[in-house]
Amino acid sequence: MSGLPLLSLAIWLPILGGLLVLATGSDRNAGLARPLALAVAVAGFLVTLPLYIGFDLTTSAMQFTELRQWIPRFNIHYSLGVDGISVLFILLNSFITPLVVLAGWKVIGEKVAQYMAAFLIMSGLMNGIFSALDAVLFYVFFEASLIPMYIIIGAWGGPNRVYAAFKFFLYTLLGSLLMLVALIWLFFQSGFSFSLLDWHAMKIPLTAQIWLFLAFLVAFAVKVPMWPVHTWLPDAHVEAPTGGSVVLAAIMLKLGAYGFLRFSLPIAPDASRELAWLMIALSLIAVVYIGFVALVQSDMKKLIAYSSISHMGFVTLGFFIFNQLGVEGALVQMISHGFVSGAMFLCVGVLYDRVHSRQIADYGGVVHTMPKFAAFMVLFAMANSGLPATSGFVGEFMVILGAVKHNFWIGFAAATTLILGAAYTLWMVKRVLFGAVANHHVAELADINAREFAILGILALCVLGMGLYPLPFTEVMHASVDNLLQHVAASKF
Amino acid sequence: MINFVMPDLYPASAEIFILVMACVLLLVDLFAGKGRRWLAYLMAQLTLAGCFGITFITMDGQGVTTFSNMFVDDLFADFLKLALYPAVAIMLVYSRAYLAARNLDRGEFYLLVLFATLGMMVMISASHFVTVYLGLELLALSMYALVAIDRDSVRATEAAMKYFVLGSMASGLLLYGMSMVYGAVGTLEIAEMGQRIALGGGNKTVLVFGLVFVIAGLAFKLGVVPFHMWIPDVYHGAPTAVTLLLGSAPKLAAFAITLRVLVTGLAELAEHWQVMLMILAALSIALGNLAAIAQRNLKRMLAYSAISHMGFMLLGVLSGIVGGDPRFTLNAYSSAMFYAIAYVLMSLGAFGMILLLSRAGFEAEDIDDFKGLNRRSPWFAAIMMILMFSMAGVPFFVGFFAKFAVLQAVVAANQVWLAVFAVLFSLVGAFYYLRVVKVMYFDAPTDTAPIEAPRDMRILLSINGLAVAFVGLLPEGVLKYSIYATYTFLLGS
Repeated sequence: MSGLPLLSLAIWLPILGGLLVLATGSDRNAGLARPLALAVAVAGFLVTLPLYIGFDLTTSAMQFTELRQWIPRFNIHYSLGVDGISVLFILLNSFITPLVVLAGWKVIGEKVAQYMAAFLIMSGLMNGIFSALDAVLFYVFFEASLIPMYIIIGAWGGPNRVYAAFKFFLYTLLGSLLMLVALIWLFFQSGFSFSLLDWHAMKIPLTAQIWLFLAFLVAFAVKVPMWPVHTWLPDAHVEAPTGGSVVLAAIMLKLGAYGFLRFSLPIAPDASRELAWLMIALSLIAVVYIGFVALVQSDMKKLIAYSSISHMGFVTLGFFIFNQLGVEGALVQMISHGFVSGAMFLCVGVLYDRVHSRQIADYGGVVHTMPKFAAFMVLFAMANSGLPATSGFVGEFMVILGAVKHNFWIGFAAATTLILGAAYTLWMVKRVLFGAVANHHVAELADINAREFAILGILALCVLGMGLYPLPFTEVMHASVDNLLQHVAASKF
Repeated sequence: MINFVMPDLYPASAEIFILVMACVLLLVDLFAGKGRRWLAYLMAQLTLAGCFGITFITMDGQGVTTFSNMFVDDLFADFLKLALYPAVAIMLVYSRAYLAARNLDRGEFYLLVLFATLGMMVMISASHFVTVYLGLELLALSMYALVAIDRDSVRATEAAMKYFVLGSMASGLLLYGMSMVYGAVGTLEIAEMGQRIALGGGNKTVLVFGLVFVIAGLAFKLGVVPFHMWIPDVYHGAPTAVTLLLGSAPKLAAFAITLRVLVTGLAELAEHWQVMLMILAALSIALGNLAAIAQRNLKRMLAYSAISHMGFMLLGVLSGIVGGDPRFTLNAYSSAMFYAIAYVLMSLGAFGMILLLSRAGFEAEDIDDFKGLNRRSPWFAAIMMILMFSMAGVPFFVGFFAKFAVLQAVVAANQVWLAVFAVLFSLVGAFYYLRVVKVMYFDAPTDTAPIEAPRDMRILLSINGLAVAFVGLLPEGVLKYSIYATYTFLLGS
């Protein structure tokens, strides 16, 4: 088992499989493209399982490493490896991909092969981001993953898809280009190395650290997204097809947060501590202000998009209070948000496929016609508002505890999310699911079929499982988070 | 008795071969009737193949000069020429059907192309100001005629006129500058000039004065702001086959003379020409990218994009010598060379796509002509997408590593702000490349005619596009090739 280059498989199996799906060509062969895509996606998930099973809990070092020369001219290596922080995201990503393929099974009737291929290729690229230990390799995956998402939003999206696709691409590119300059600068400072682990150990003066931190901040804040560079996300979510929204919320947003842990904190720890106030302030604005913004949305997807921004604010807050509870809570929150937001978008997708509207006002009393669906949606809504025994509670509670430990008032402000989150989520659920049957569209709704039941059911199991017994998730990250925090606490200049 | 020494012809065998073949072609064309037009095409292709063989066989590590040190044959020249022949040959394949449909595939066309190629070869091997000028004029005069080869087209005639007037003026400027330099140091031989200036020869004021004119002349040939005015009009007005030639191979030759004149000859004045180039580069990157946004015509858009790309290439040329310290010369010049080669590869593909979609009586030169290409031909839409993302500098395509190489050279020269400036304008650039992808993938086709390009062109264009992706995945080979070439070049100067 250890002989196989598992990380390479996790990256290239979906990408090559995606190209194979692409080769099935036109929609006449859609009947072939769909099962093939599903097979590739499932195989992509299966090859990541040994990463978890064989994971060594006792060390914070990189595991399953692969190292090959890639571009000796610039000392760039094809260097892969995972630690307790990244391994879970690779699993999450590979787990979400088959669900996304299933979710687009019937709905996507045009250019099926291209749709499926785009998701598979993106899944491989994102595994690359989470496992790259060479800065250029990271950057290359980071930017290449924009291409499939751009196509997905633009080709299969809603009426305003072109605007959303451009905004998504250019916003993200802006951040990453500045990061590229920072990476090149580090290359020369470190004596011609692009290895992230070398950079972690490197001494950098404080002023330079602050510049680096800001360059990384632009890249990752856009991706997370943090207030005030979050405006692309609601547009992208609203216009993207359901599968696109799911991947965007469940995985792509995590790339930014992951970037903080892999780049900002270990490379510029002193700057991180210097500027923690800024990060905490931005995070709290996201949590509280965006929470209020979510409250007044009339479009379901937009509401969930704002709720994502608010939840991601929680994640960045957890990182920058620099204690074990905070960071681990934030990581748990990221995984949980991957399940919950993905599930919420799928729920909206289920309704949209039937009624072709995302407006809350167009619904009401769905529970009467779709009882099974309503049960799922209520569960995910509860998880989204952080009800105990769901996965949403675990992360939020840990971060709040960590924040209170750091400073009571920060913890207090963060805790308002429990109220706000419950308010906007449950209010939406109330208006959509309950009450009298609003119109004949709702009256004619058919309940979810077996395929939809399977997708939502699997996610529901994850949400409940993680809420009741989070240990399998947290035990993986202990050693790495410990190491990271010690690293951040030590001065580097 | 006059002591006549026969010059060593061996280093110039490829040039002599192409000249002889051009003359043979002229004769053959005279006797070949209208039905035998393929003969000229075939001869031109065979000539280029022959040149490739000759250059390859006569290539050795030593730099040899001949014709009283007016002509140099070193690895730098050989490598550039080996890139030049395929570029011209590919251009001939792409243009064949286009020219035939417009009745332009006459012997003159191929003759002029061969003469232009000879001009470029002479430029690449020039080690004397007179040779530089000879090569430049041979190229320019052939190009003037080529631009106007469609005699009935008003637009082409106007473009040729504009090109001719401005080109002659630029040649005048260059000659004037050369005469000033000659007046200061008393030699036209580039290497000798470098030595004399290094030993303190020549009046600095006169030299710098001459330098300004030389730079202006070179800038015109490269087409960088503010000497770019001819580029959009000529690119637009010329038959696309000629635009393809104009926009690809001559960039290699212009790069070669820039390096020979500035680095071998005028390295001592680096602090002066670096500032000038910096201004030219910054203006080109800014104006090229901004003006390209406003274009509806793809040829004009690519013209402005060419301006910005040449600006980017100059960034590499100007980062070689840092405050008199030549430590980074190899790094910087080889990066610029890599950029030039990468650009030629992308530019060939992009103009090739226009030729692919054009047919008798129809020029697919508007961006809107690419609408819905994904429905008409998913394969070529994907090729065009690769080319566009590559030009925008998105990985995994060669354009990314070209930009990366140049940016690292700029950062190595401690010009971080220049790098930031350049990446910010690449962001602007990404917008208009994305727009091409947008019309191909997000819009419905307006033109539903089948693509009727010949098989050889389809195959070659596919290879061209895939090469952009392949060299992007594994750029080491071409990077090494530029390193060797630049290394021998620097040894010789």
